[in-house]
Amino acid sequence: MANNEYDAIVIGSGISGGWAAKELTEKGLKVLMLERGQNIEHLKDYKNAHKENWDFPHRDLPTQAMKLDYPVLKRDYPLNEKTLGMWANEKENPYVEDKRFDWYRGYHVGGRSLLWGRQSYRLNKEDFEANGKEGVGVDWPIRYDDLAPWYDYVEKFAGISGNRDGLDVLPDGVYQPPMPMNIVEKDVAARVKKAFKGTRHIVHGRTSNMTESKPEQGRVHCQYRNKCWLGCPFGGYFSTQASTLPAAVKTGNLTLRPFSIVKEILFDKDKQRATGVEIIDAETNQTYVFKSKIIFVNASAFNSAWILMNSATDVWEGGLGSSSGELGHNVMDHHFRVGASADVEGYDDKYTYGRRPSGFYVPRFRNWGNDKRDYLRGFGYQGGASRSGWQKDIAELGIGANLKDAITEPGPWTIGMTAFGEMLPHHDNRIYLNKKVTDKWGLPVLAMDVEIKENELKMRKDMQQDAMDMFEAAGLKNVQGWDADYAPGMGIHEMGTARMGRDPKTSVLNAHNQVWDAPNVFVTDGAAMTSASCVNPSLTYMALTARAADFAVEELKRGNL
Amino acid sequence: MERRELLKLIATATGTALFAGSAFAYKDIAPVPLSDTLFSKDDVALLNEMAEVIIPQTDTPGAKAANVGATMAVLITDCYTPLLQKTFMKGLKAIDEVSKAQFDKHFLQLSTQQRETLFNQLDVEAKAANLANGVYQGVETGKPSQWEPGTDEPTPHYFTLLKQLTLYCFFTSKVGATKVLRYVAIPGRYDGAYPYKKGDKAWAT
Repeated sequence: MANNEYDAIVIGSGISGGWAAKELTEKGLKVLMLERGQNIEHLKDYKNAHKENWDFPHRDLPTQAMKLDYPVLKRDYPLNEKTLGMWANEKENPYVEDKRFDWYRGYHVGGRSLLWGRQSYRLNKEDFEANGKEGVGVDWPIRYDDLAPWYDYVEKFAGISGNRDGLDVLPDGVYQPPMPMNIVEKDVAARVKKAFKGTRHIVHGRTSNMTESKPEQGRVHCQYRNKCWLGCPFGGYFSTQASTLPAAVKTGNLTLRPFSIVKEILFDKDKQRATGVEIIDAETNQTYVFKSKIIFVNASAFNSAWILMNSATDVWEGGLGSSSGELGHNVMDHHFRVGASADVEGYDDKYTYGRRPSGFYVPRFRNWGNDKRDYLRGFGYQGGASRSGWQKDIAELGIGANLKDAITEPGPWTIGMTAFGEMLPHHDNRIYLNKKVTDKWGLPVLAMDVEIKENELKMRKDMQQDAMDMFEAAGLKNVQGWDADYAPGMGIHEMGTARMGRDPKTSVLNAHNQVWDAPNVFVTDGAAMTSASCVNPSLTYMALTARAADFAVEELKRGNL
Repeated sequence: MERRELLKLIATATGTALFAGSAFAYKDIAPVPLSDTLFSKDDVALLNEMAEVIIPQTDTPGAKAANVGATMAVLITDCYTPLLQKTFMKGLKAIDEVSKAQFDKHFLQLSTQQRETLFNQLDVEAKAANLANGVYQGVETGKPSQWEPGTDEPTPHYFTLLKQLTLYCFFTSKVGATKVLRYVAIPGRYDGAYPYKKGDKAWAT
């Protein structure tokens, strides 16, 4: 190819890759964004966005054939007709489970920004300091104040709705008005506040579903259809397609190349700099080389580590960034699928209108303030109250008109919440290359060796019991705790495989997300996380990316890269 | 040179964003014709008649009006395990046999009242059988796709399978969701204290 040189290459087009492309192109760099999967064009390719259940031949249910095709995906809720094709083809993209690991991958332009949960919270001050104080993993090389202005910056652009609650544990951001709580949630929130004397809070969920339109981005506020995963025809929530990609395209500085699997980052060992990447065209199997001054690795936590492991292996056997001995290690997720539900009496004359794609949030209260437990860190809850629909339990109902009448009326109010717990970084929770197994393109695959340990298991007891206690204390009836079991990966929050740190001997990245061994390579997705916090992580990837991009361009100008 | 290659070259050379091809994500899944199912037109008619006993037409349409039989045929064929299929097929025969034993008629020859009597009986029998076999509570409004080959999860009574399919196919149908339940495609707002009075219908989703 005649012209294969760029100022910057961004590997991956999901939440963090989209941000890298936007920031770098807006700062005037010519950017090539590489995506291993197909293109999905905003609006045009959201083919199911206006379809209803009855438009799907199996009414959205997985078929036995689909289950055979997706042996991992079928383990949890994401396997359905509406989003079929939006998850990585498991036959073409195998991986090895030394221990069970549920890996849910979105291999297409936009990545999981089209499939995410959209809950958007900031890490708090303590989250950045706890590792150092407690001697867990390594200390974050940055503090909350380093990231705070970048949280402001990305929240404002992405459009996050939420309430400013004034809680240290859940720092407030730049928000649009929150999605409302319903009448029952408000009541239970007030009762919980009273019962726990202001130490536990039920607050509005903070979500990238907008409550105010952004005409400058061509985005309309959320229409309460709750069909986010089908691609939003209104651009009502943050995705690469709705938000960062149009901004990057508008600069005229972006080239997006789908079907481009990055095989390795090319490394000049004399200059100690990356020079570009080699890719395989996923459709033609041909390889191409693209050159650039800087590289942003945003392939999702595990695949970013995979790329590093396959790069500069002539210098370091374990790949670029492996000199620390930490590349691929310290895998974290959020452990969840445990919580409680309860019946709420009264409010028979109230119902809800609209399908709110969010709910309430209970910020962490364990090991916070004066609270001390026999484990470290804590968890938050996400939940909601509603009246059941036709899916309610009808064990007492027979057949015919009586059944029809009863089942078509809403049931009483119920409330439920699920805990999301912090997982500690452990060196021996790791992923590594298994060269005996290859994917469709002959590339070695990842092996997963990750488990939750004692700290998480102890925490899970509180995660269930505390939820029950809160509902009991609020005077709710028929309180039931549950633990539906968790396998690593199910949180779809993979983190930690190329962590940031203060010392090249114990971390892969420095305080600006530069690979210690190749300062013109930046990793700003989940791989960079030094600890997991218990809040949903994507907003932090956005902020880290914008911050690193700003730094990268300044360093380029200074001639340091 | 392939057109795609050319497009890539142009895009690379011009530095404009490349939007190649059409996505096959968000798959456009084609309807399943009856010929691809285990059922005939007569079978679908029979399934509709049976489903109508469970969800009859009242002041709103019933199962037959939603043609749930056609969807049941597809779900049984594609979403069921072989074991479940067998259980269901044997169940259809069993219904007819009970019908003959009790009323000396085929199911389709029964009066509406006789059908109700028969199904009320079977519903009671099914609930007891499920309880004895350890089938999970709430199975009647569960999803017909939740069983897998080789699972040790107990198989529900055949009548429960019929009832579950009827409810699922009915309430996910356009008729069931929009004419019997309530459905608004684009609500546009959220009201967390929306007025409700007894008799108002539930939202479909």
